[in-house]
Amino acid sequence: MTAGTATAERGGSLAAALGEIVGARHVRTALPERVTFARDGLPTHRHVPGVVVLPGSRDEVVAVVRLLAALGVPFVPRGAGTGLSGGALADDDAVLIVLTRLNRILAIDPVNRIAVVEPGVVNVRLSAAAAPHGLYYSPDPSSQTACTIGGNVAENAGGPHCLKYGVTATHVLGLEVVLADGQVVELGSPGGEPWGPDLVGLFVGSEGNFGIATRIRVRLLPVPRAIRTLLADFSALRTAGEAVSAVIASGIVPAALEMMDQSCINAVEDSVYAAGYPRDAAAVLLVELDGCREEAVAADADTIAGILRAHGARGVLSAADAKQRERLWQGRKKAFGAMGRLSRDLVVQDAVVPRSTLPDVLEAIGRIATAYGLTVSNVFHAGDGNLHPNISFDGRVPGLKARVDQASGEIMAVCIAAGGTITGEHGIGLDKLRYMPLIFDGDALAAMRAVRLVFDPLERVNPGKVVPIHACREWSGVRTHPGREPGDPRAGARGELSELAR
Amino acid sequence: MSWVDRVRALLGDDAVDVAATPDGVPRVAPGSPDAVALLLGTAREEGWRVRVEGAGTWLPVDAPADLALTTRRLDKVPAIEPQDLSATAEAGIACDLLRQQLADRGTWLALDPPGLAGRTLGSVVATATAGPLRHGFGPVRDHLLGVTFVTGDGRLVQSGGRVMKNVAGYDLTKLAAGGFGAFGVIVLVHLRLRALPRADQTLVLEGSREDLAQVAEDIAAAAVQPAAHELMSPALARRERWLLAVRFAGSAALVSAEEGALRAATGGRFTALRADEAHALWMRAAESFATRPVTFRVGALPDSSDELMDLLQHQVGDEWISASPGIGAIRWGGETTVDRLRRLRRTLAGLEVPLTLERAPWPVRAAVGHFGAYREGVGPLVAGLRRTFDPGEAFVVAVEGTE
Ligand SMILES: Cc1cc2nc3c(=O)[nH]c(=O)nc-3n(C[C@H](O)[C@H](O)[C@H](O)COP(=O)(O)OP(=O)(O)OC[C@H]3O[C@@H](n4cnc5c(N)ncnc54)[C@H](O)[C@@H]3O)c2cc1C
Ligand SMILES: Cc1cc2nc3c(=O)[nH]c(=O)nc-3n(C[C@H](O)[C@H](O)[C@H](O)COP(=O)(O)OP(=O)(O)OC[C@H]3O[C@@H](n4cnc5c(N)ncnc54)[C@H](O)[C@@H]3O)c2cc1C
Repeated sequence: MTAGTATAERGGSLAAALGEIVGARHVRTALPERVTFARDGLPTHRHVPGVVVLPGSRDEVVAVVRLLAALGVPFVPRGAGTGLSGGALADDDAVLIVLTRLNRILAIDPVNRIAVVEPGVVNVRLSAAAAPHGLYYSPDPSSQTACTIGGNVAENAGGPHCLKYGVTATHVLGLEVVLADGQVVELGSPGGEPWGPDLVGLFVGSEGNFGIATRIRVRLLPVPRAIRTLLADFSALRTAGEAVSAVIASGIVPAALEMMDQSCINAVEDSVYAAGYPRDAAAVLLVELDGCREEAVAADADTIAGILRAHGARGVLSAADAKQRERLWQGRKKAFGAMGRLSRDLVVQDAVVPRSTLPDVLEAIGRIATAYGLTVSNVFHAGDGNLHPNISFDGRVPGLKARVDQASGEIMAVCIAAGGTITGEHGIGLDKLRYMPLIFDGDALAAMRAVRLVFDPLERVNPGKVVPIHACREWSGVRTHPGREPGDPRAGARGELSELAR
Repeated sequence: MSWVDRVRALLGDDAVDVAATPDGVPRVAPGSPDAVALLLGTAREEGWRVRVEGAGTWLPVDAPADLALTTRRLDKVPAIEPQDLSATAEAGIACDLLRQQLADRGTWLALDPPGLAGRTLGSVVATATAGPLRHGFGPVRDHLLGVTFVTGDGRLVQSGGRVMKNVAGYDLTKLAAGGFGAFGVIVLVHLRLRALPRADQTLVLEGSREDLAQVAEDIAAAAVQPAAHELMSPALARRERWLLAVRFAGSAALVSAEEGALRAATGGRFTALRADEAHALWMRAAESFATRPVTFRVGALPDSSDELMDLLQHQVGDEWISASPGIGAIRWGGETTVDRLRRLRRTLAGLEVPLTLERAPWPVRAAVGHFGAYREGVGPLVAGLRRTFDPGEAFVVAVEGTE
């Protein structure tokens, strides 16, 4: 019997065996229940899992994984399911392991500024728990009220404040991981120094392909004592993009530097999250400075405000108090939700370009939108060059979805041509498999796959994601070099090689 | 045909410099990433054992090999982008030359690795040796946007890219950083830069180690945020007593505010250094390590730094130590034996503290290994990764010891 049919044929007995481990009410087999797990945050992919299981502890995860290993059944880890690349989806032949019940904060060590959490802890909960110690967990994806730290680790999630403080990878010190065969390994060390090669760094961003993270040790930071939030508005997208480069080159690193274009501004202002953004602006920049010294942050904010004005800002508003600051941020953090109201469907895109190319790339995206007759709204982490061009459309209109896909592909091509990449924080999952060969050659893809095989030799954990297997070159065995005949490694190579050596 | 002749046939006469190595191992200096790939592809087919060398200033060039591959001709800097704060450099560029080129464009790589100024960038990445600036700017990996490396069977593998954020595919860059060359020869590095700091101020305080450890705690408690916060042994600092050196770098407003906070937290006991004095201090501290036969690093919880330094003092002496107590990182230099290193590593492992051997003569490296005393289940993963990237065991690297 192949693994592929395992779940379907044994549906009943598998569910019963899982139920013995986690309790029958934490196993979902009925179709209506399974369908609720058929999507993640992206509306465009739908895969109904064969069985859904919700273990309640690390030991239960281990027992579940060992059972599945013995049966040869593939499985997919899942956190809150807010992912935007179709990563947490399982097919009918696989078991979806939902980790939201592993939601304990196991330790907060205020002296060493470290926390240890289970993977199902929701991102904001950790900062709330650390607040009494004057600490917080810095990576702040806009989905932070829902997404889990396990999901953040798997995606190497970013957020507005990652410009200054770094993405998830910077903050993860150690991991306990359950491998595909049910073996538990501890990666890293308590202080964060790699123990051997940096396997923690390698695991972060592996999108659930290397195993299930069951314990996560993260760094906490002191809550900044001084904050300045600026809103700069621009009459042209290009000028706003140029202002971003000017801020970056100034040497002052803002905590956050976000951009919203007019379409996004209007969507926010039309929603309950209206933040008072100027509707006539072609773009606004939301710039936050923070630190521990009031006078330094104030002085740096003045410098930045000056740079923004010198680079074409019509006005620069400084939030007068915490309340106004929160309102400005609320608009940004809820922008996706607000855009959701523009139309029935929304494709959330994610790409990164060198920051200096933002003005050109934004214009190119505008041209693509016009050419395809689509509404594209931009709301993104400008300071990192991390774009989110979002396409609003109605999937019921015949042919429209195909046009959206084509436009998305063209946007990706523009970003790649500018020296960028196809995702800065949402990951590859299923959604971007087709773009991987555009940025990695067959050797690079094969190397990734080979690394995955070290962790998961049978490719049973989250199969079919991240690496397009058909595009990988053969990895093991002797390989011939271009321009050489097999069996005569040096024939005819001399001239070409001396060239290379020069 | 001898090996040397074969390599000459492959890469041209001027790529081989037979006389250069002290132990008579032929040294090859490929001039491009593709040439490195061709050489290693051939090495794989011929079964040659290859040792990788940068400038040869940090690790002794003494490992037994058929061929030494030096990156020193890979010394181009194809791109410096001040507007993006990124750069692309070949792995063989000397750190001091790179620093100068970056400064000319108003940019800065916030890394101050131990060793001589002429160390290659590739060696810093391969060994993940960060210096005092790790306190404020993080470990080596935080400065990398991507790398290209050549595997033991001659494949050119590109990972990451040159943009600030990137989650396309698995992050193989993390393996290259601190892999000690076991997974490939790094040929090209994409770097995250910072703007050259407008202000850069170092302040120092001399005292007993106990006294300074207390001061370091006071500084941390006051949430002072220095770029470097380093406790140095007297020999290293060339002072009578231990030295606590605190460095601030950034905008003028930031540096003056932080300096004020430092003074307030410590009762004004620190002395500000002039720029030339500060430069000399940090240089000396970095270079001193290259004069000791053995260096290693340990990483622990910040609040155990003091206890660990006691342990080091007891087991291997504390003449040459540089520690960032705020992040629990300690670098040790000196003379010691295989047995002592092994015992120390075991003791530390019991405390859940890894010891990474950074440099030592080959017999010591081979016996002790850069890494060891892994936690359960980690060894097979590392071995699997090695097989993946160096299937013919072409690279002579003492990843683990022989114990
Ligand atoms: C409105 C909105 C805004 C968003 N904003 C941001 C943003 O600003 N920045 C950003 O980076 N992302 C953002 N996202 C994307 C998403 O929230 C993140 O990718 C998040 O990290 C996913 O967490 P999750 O718990 O929902 O994971 P899921 O979606 O459940 O899973 C994501 C991936 O992680 C794997 N996984 C989950 N848990 C584990 C585990 N314990 N061990 C191993 N693998 C695991 C899954 O297999 C899957 O591949 C946003 C999403 C939405 C809907
Ligand atoms: C026979 C022999 C065996 C050696 N074995 C080891 C060993 O087991 N482990 C070890 O760390 N060093 C080893 N080295 C040391 C290394 O070759 C020398 O230390 C180096 O030449 C010194 O140059 P550097 O000053 O630029 O810094 P280096 O000392 O060159 O470099 C330090 C370390 O980084 C590695 N390295 C440098 N550049 C790259 C690169 N571009 N890609 C990948 N790795 C790179 C080197 O192999 C070396 O390990 C060995 C040297 C020899 C001669």
